[in-house]
Amino acid sequence: MTEEHAEHILSYGKLATVWVTLLVLTAATIMVTRVELGVWKVWAALAIASVKSGLVIAFFMHMKYEPRLFRIILFVALFTLAGFIGGTFFDVLYR
Amino acid sequence: MSHETAMAEGGFWRDTGRTGIGAWIFSTDHKRIGLMYLYCVFGFFLVGAFLGLLIRLELMAPGPTIMTAQTYNAMFTVHGVVMIFLFIIPGIPASFGNLVLPIQLGARDVAFPRVNLFSWWLYAIGAVIVLVSLFTGGGAPDTGWTFYVPFSARTTTNVSLAVFGVFVLGFSSILTGINFITTIHRMRAPGMTWTRIPLFAWSLYATAWVQVLATPIIAITLLLVVTERILGLGLFDPTRGGDPVMYQHMFWIYSHPAVYIMILPGMGVISDIIPVFSRKPIFGYKMIAFSSLAIAAAGSAVWGHHMYTSGMSDLGVLVFSFLTFIVAIPSAIKVFNWVSTMYKGSISLEAPMLFALSFILLFSIGGLSGLILGAAATDIHVHDTHFVVGHFHYVMFGGTGFAFFAAAHYWLPKYFGRRYQEKPAIIGWVFMFIGFNILYFTMQVLGMEGMPRRYYDYLPEFARLNFVATVGSWIMLAGVAIVVWNLWRGLFRGEPFTGNPWGGASLEWSIATPPPTENFEEDPVVTHGPYDFKGVGVP
Repeated sequence: MTEEHAEHILSYGKLATVWVTLLVLTAATIMVTRVELGVWKVWAALAIASVKSGLVIAFFMHMKYEPRLFRIILFVALFTLAGFIGGTFFDVLYR
Repeated sequence: MSHETAMAEGGFWRDTGRTGIGAWIFSTDHKRIGLMYLYCVFGFFLVGAFLGLLIRLELMAPGPTIMTAQTYNAMFTVHGVVMIFLFIIPGIPASFGNLVLPIQLGARDVAFPRVNLFSWWLYAIGAVIVLVSLFTGGGAPDTGWTFYVPFSARTTTNVSLAVFGVFVLGFSSILTGINFITTIHRMRAPGMTWTRIPLFAWSLYATAWVQVLATPIIAITLLLVVTERILGLGLFDPTRGGDPVMYQHMFWIYSHPAVYIMILPGMGVISDIIPVFSRKPIFGYKMIAFSSLAIAAAGSAVWGHHMYTSGMSDLGVLVFSFLTFIVAIPSAIKVFNWVSTMYKGSISLEAPMLFALSFILLFSIGGLSGLILGAAATDIHVHDTHFVVGHFHYVMFGGTGFAFFAAAHYWLPKYFGRRYQEKPAIIGWVFMFIGFNILYFTMQVLGMEGMPRRYYDYLPEFARLNFVATVGSWIMLAGVAIVVWNLWRGLFRGEPFTGNPWGGASLEWSIATPPPTENFEEDPVVTHGPYDFKGVGVP
């Protein structure tokens, strides 16, 4: 059960590209607050935040290069968290 | 592998570079860490049991009996906090899990031995913080173990420190969970396929997932309570625009799955003991393994059933009531499979088996009374009454507590190299079983009649049954005392325990007694399942 996988070292170029993308998305988060989107404002902010965290997890935390099992485990955690938050809405939305 | 050689060398008891207490508190050997957990959780069990006894003494007769109302409030809070966070949650997984899991998998230790030691230290530090909170600041917390807001945000007792102690304990639990998940995925011996993993290890796997995924929620929630108390943020306090029901959601999102952190390892113990003492392979191995995962998953989606009367939306009540009934299915799968395993088996009624059998009965009574609480309509009648207290103790003490004693009688002789006497163990079990039912069944009847929980005083019509319940607590205490005395004396001064007297087929029974520091002289190659008793002789 000791399946080893090769170390994957990301190039500085790729890391810098991700970093710049994160900065651009941060700027986008601020810009969105200045546009009148009504109820979609929150969804837009959440969508940008999700993309940003996705980039961090995939590249800075190397999840893109890890075995599939690790990705499954990550999604189990995210799915569980979504379930916990979603479950409270059966109460909060209909109280 | 000669058992005699290992006995002479004392196995893992002797092999260490350090001396004195340092050989224990700085050891990364999973067996030593398991034993340290065992001593701690067992000590806290005795403390919690003593507090429970005092609570019953106070309730023996109406009106003030042996303590003031404020002391009573602190008493049931501390009883709950000690029993839940210091005994039942780490009870089986951290102690017996550490002792048994790596050996059952054919590994020399857990995946991260130093993290394992760190998690024991966190447990010890958290426990000390909780104990300090009882005697400092405004005195012992009086909120109940649930720390419900807005009272917990306002009371002058030392809630902040107690809650911080529980916060630290949570990290211990998370680290143990991560360690066990990684160990089960990565450290299995050659041939130890997923369908050859003993069911105790499977139950620890399901438990570990709940520990990792749910515990952070309570950590955040309790920190929010502290910030609410210190900074007055108004997160949960309705007079400041907060939402106290949201606290209940966040608390139970962890604390209901935590019930499964408590019971799943107990179910694993039973799944390992029943086939050995029935001399039959387990019935429905895959279904029992799968039902552990199903209980962990479904049990994480039913927290709202603690909140039917909290003012939660009607839709919420409906959804959580429905989901609650789903948990009954995998639980029943386990019970039916245990009973089917015993059918036509050659049953041997020794101490571990008696505790395991009483687990099945008591857990079933607890589970069925849980359906009364899970159904929204009937729950409203018995909510916050002694019925809930009785139900909870049937599941947690009748379930996990009895499984803890079953595991102690089953595995500890293997680790100590000495055995307890059979007769006192059985006599102690009889007292425990009888006392338990007198105490907690009476509580359920009291609850049905309307006696509220957490009340210092009660109406005269409840006096007779409260007296009976208190007498039950004395009988149970006598049983616990006999069992503990017998175990203590036997494990340190009893007859030598060698070989595989119960005829277990999982790996821990194939190595020397007590196990050597490295567990296996050579890495084992697993060629059969954990309940394949062919060729395993019983002396």
